[in-house]
Amino acid sequence: MLAFAIYLSFAGALVMALLPKGRPALARWLALAVAVAGLAVAVAGFIAGMGQGRIVLVDVPWVPSMGIHFLLAADGISRVLVLLTGLAAVAGVLFSWNIELRTNEFFAFFLALIGGVYGVFLSFDLFLLFVFYEIAIVPKYFLIAIWGSTRREYAAMKLAIYSFAGSAMVLIGLLAAYTTAGSQSTGLVELARAGLPVSFQMWCFPLVFTGFAILAGMWPFHTWAPTGHVAAPTGASMLLAGVVMKLGAYGCLRVGIALFPHGLDPWGFSFAGIGSWRDVFAVLAVIGIVYGALVALAQTDFKFVIGYSSVSHMGFVLLGLMTLNQIGMTGAVLQMFSHGIIAGLLFAIAGRIVYDRTHTRQLAELEKMHLSRRLPFAAWAFVIAGLASIGMPGFSGFWAEMQVLVGAWMVNPWWTVAAGVGIVVGVAYIWRALQKVFFSDLLPSARELEQGHELAAITWPEVTGVVLLAGASLAVGLWPRILLDTIEPAVRTLLAGGVQ
Amino acid sequence: MNYPEFYSALFRVTLPETALELAALLVLIVDLGFLRKAALKVRVTVAALLGVAGCGAALWTLQLQAQGGLSFNGTGEILLASGGSAQVAQSGILILTALTLLLLIDSVFTKHVGEYVAVVLMAATGGLLIAAAQDLLVIFIGLELLSLGLYILTAFAKSSAKSAEAAMKYYLFGGMAAAFLLFGFSYLYGITGSTNLNQIFAALAVSENVSHPLLIVAVVLIFAGLGFKVAAVPFHLWAPDTYEGAPAPAAAFIASVSKVASFALLLSIGFASSHIFIPQLAGAAWSAQLNAGIGAGSGFGISWDVIVFVAALLSMVVGNLAALAQVSVRRLLAYSAIAHAGYLLLGIPTNNYEVALRLSFTSSGRATGAVLFYVLTYGLTTIGAFGVVGVVERATGSDRLDSFLGLHKRNPVLAAVLLVLFLSLAGIPPLAGFWAKFNLFAAVLGVSAGPVPFILVALAVAFSAVSLYYYLQVLKRAYVMPAIDETPIKAHPVTLTVLVLIAATVVLLGCFPALLQGWIEGLCPIS
Repeated sequence: MLAFAIYLSFAGALVMALLPKGRPALARWLALAVAVAGLAVAVAGFIAGMGQGRIVLVDVPWVPSMGIHFLLAADGISRVLVLLTGLAAVAGVLFSWNIELRTNEFFAFFLALIGGVYGVFLSFDLFLLFVFYEIAIVPKYFLIAIWGSTRREYAAMKLAIYSFAGSAMVLIGLLAAYTTAGSQSTGLVELARAGLPVSFQMWCFPLVFTGFAILAGMWPFHTWAPTGHVAAPTGASMLLAGVVMKLGAYGCLRVGIALFPHGLDPWGFSFAGIGSWRDVFAVLAVIGIVYGALVALAQTDFKFVIGYSSVSHMGFVLLGLMTLNQIGMTGAVLQMFSHGIIAGLLFAIAGRIVYDRTHTRQLAELEKMHLSRRLPFAAWAFVIAGLASIGMPGFSGFWAEMQVLVGAWMVNPWWTVAAGVGIVVGVAYIWRALQKVFFSDLLPSARELEQGHELAAITWPEVTGVVLLAGASLAVGLWPRILLDTIEPAVRTLLAGGVQ
Repeated sequence: MNYPEFYSALFRVTLPETALELAALLVLIVDLGFLRKAALKVRVTVAALLGVAGCGAALWTLQLQAQGGLSFNGTGEILLASGGSAQVAQSGILILTALTLLLLIDSVFTKHVGEYVAVVLMAATGGLLIAAAQDLLVIFIGLELLSLGLYILTAFAKSSAKSAEAAMKYYLFGGMAAAFLLFGFSYLYGITGSTNLNQIFAALAVSENVSHPLLIVAVVLIFAGLGFKVAAVPFHLWAPDTYEGAPAPAAAFIASVSKVASFALLLSIGFASSHIFIPQLAGAAWSAQLNAGIGAGSGFGISWDVIVFVAALLSMVVGNLAALAQVSVRRLLAYSAIAHAGYLLLGIPTNNYEVALRLSFTSSGRATGAVLFYVLTYGLTTIGAFGVVGVVERATGSDRLDSFLGLHKRNPVLAAVLLVLFLSLAGIPPLAGFWAKFNLFAAVLGVSAGPVPFILVALAVAFSAVSLYYYLQVLKRAYVMPAIDETPIKAHPVTLTVLVLIAATVVLLGCFPALLQGWIEGLCPIS
């Protein structure tokens, strides 16, 4: 039944492309209906799957001579991420309610992207996973290139080429693994059991992991992310930062770690404290956390602050994956969900609520606009989103980051210390943005007082979207067991050596 | 020699060729005899439809061919194969020819319609011959028949200087290449004493012939001739000009049919050359052989494979990098054709090794099917691409990138077709081009676990990623950038139908590759 999330999204995209032009309202409502249907399916699937392990949804032979199956299945991790996608999709549609230019095509690409993302999370055949992964690249390009803002064509091409390069690396690894395992099957379970030689895993793991990690925004391959997210229209940047970066992290987990576990073994020698690919990627993740935070602190563009904060938070995910223990990896998956919601909320505020009204993202200009008085809703929303982002207890980010830090401490305390520095800097850049955008004391100049235009009122889709996202983060923050009960068994199975 | 039996067998095996030739003559008779006073549109439609009917008849007669091919006295000396990869390639050639003829229907570049269609059909006959040939002289006849037809087709737009220039370059280059080919063939004949492929390679397997110094010369010369046909580097220089100068339906024909025929020929040579590998490869690893280099007492097999791999590598690099700089979409398609030839050439030595390995180890012979799938879907996609380019050219007057600005508003269906076709060329799933590449690369990697196939596939995938950039440049013009001129572009209903069908087939084969793959594997079984 979860498979219907995929089918509905693609069907919706197709219908949307064929709708008559010039009726944006029809397109919006259809998109919302499809997104809500997807969310409903995700929630239903989540509830139905509670307490269960991996459930196979669809298993149809696709190219029998090569052992490729159209295999859709869901374990705990998949169900959580599908739920995230559902929430992000609905919120994304809501925050794109004001798109007037080529509305049909916007939502067609949007729904196609959502469909691809659902597909990746539900695929248990490596070939199928790769197909959905690549399907997602093209809508991203067009969403940014047509409806984006600053340097959109450059940003769109950069994002597309980076993503494609990453998936090229994954394809090479996929082909190598498939042929080394005997060209019998591309199923994830079968490949995990195929017993690939350790020497093979030693080079294939970093290749595949890096390929996926590029999309997850791992330092130093992250530069596409801030550029792309800033240039993208609000709905697209919510999806990109919220869900698409998680595709990369999910791939790292589901393909990289599950299929090539011995790639993480110690090399036998160590260089400056680094003795295995696990150390390498953990260090890169930590650098990403701190670097992303420091660079965010220096930004002058509101959306760039959030873009770099995404890089920083994704570092937590990758760090959690590299801990290879129960609590760290559970934290990583929870952080995927949590950051997806929070990033969506932050981009929604910066893009839809603030930028679409003030037409500027420069902190220096926003400082003079007294937005706490003119847009109190936005101020409230950003305070909540900011608290969630810094990891305040009561929101989902706290549980996620805490688990990752504990898990990291169990492996190497220095990782936790460095990541902790990142959290402190995280408070700094959020506070800085909050203060400059909403709560500054600067008095407007006389000319600005004269100009003082009324900012457009907050619309119901924006309110709904904020409530949805903030509510989700709060709910998980107050009662994390909603998700942890589903994530923990799945992680346990994965660690026990096998994709189940 | 029993002539009556031989000639009846010849007739049965060459039924498709005969059907095409008869169709060509029929078109000429109808056009020159009955339609002299008719309007151009009528003549074009009648000629094209007759040509398509001829292709259909030839397709039907493919099934009537005698199995086992044509040989002298029923000995192992096969002149023309039938069934197997020959049948796949011939079916592909006929379908692709029919499509290029359908695209002719709304073109106005020439008044000599009957002659055009007749030349197309005759060139297709040459293609059919090449796909089935197993004898050096038959190969040469088929190759020349195809090539001469292509030179003429390139020159058909009499009022265009570019067309004449392109045809002249193509002709001079091609004539030279054919001369090289024949020279190389003559050396092969000199060394082995036979013109039949199987016998040649059986003779080459004898150790004294394997390290014959003239063999290297022969291999290089033969590859010069064949590499020209598939536009492999460094024999690719004719391609950009020809793709740019030839009229769109002719360019579509050149880009698709001649590629299918040439790769079928390369597969046949590989299949026949498997005889040579058994003593060489029993127990030896592939990479060890390759690393042993050309001079270490190796013969046709090893040096041929090294040359093909080097050409494949260069084609991928040159084709993709040069395409990045193009502003003319036709030249972009030409360089992308060179790049795709590079990917395809990877499958040829793989095919050789698989065929050889099958006789000593148990391994699947995937490369044949993979190369055929790739070249057939590539041909289909290219015809569609040239169809779109042709329509845009006629409406805007040029094939520059800027002519495509705002295509999504001027003709949304055409833009959607362009999107599907170019993404397929770039290798984006779920389109046919992605599956073709995946299948081919899996076959290349599946042969051996050495570093050489891995490096080649890694480079191929990397350059495939590079290619996305230039395909997106065209799509960017069509979908993203603002239009300069927003007048709608009208396309002839037949052209539009054909293009939509091609795009739909590309999507269908991408989602359900087993459809085509199963048929190919049925004809070329993996033992």
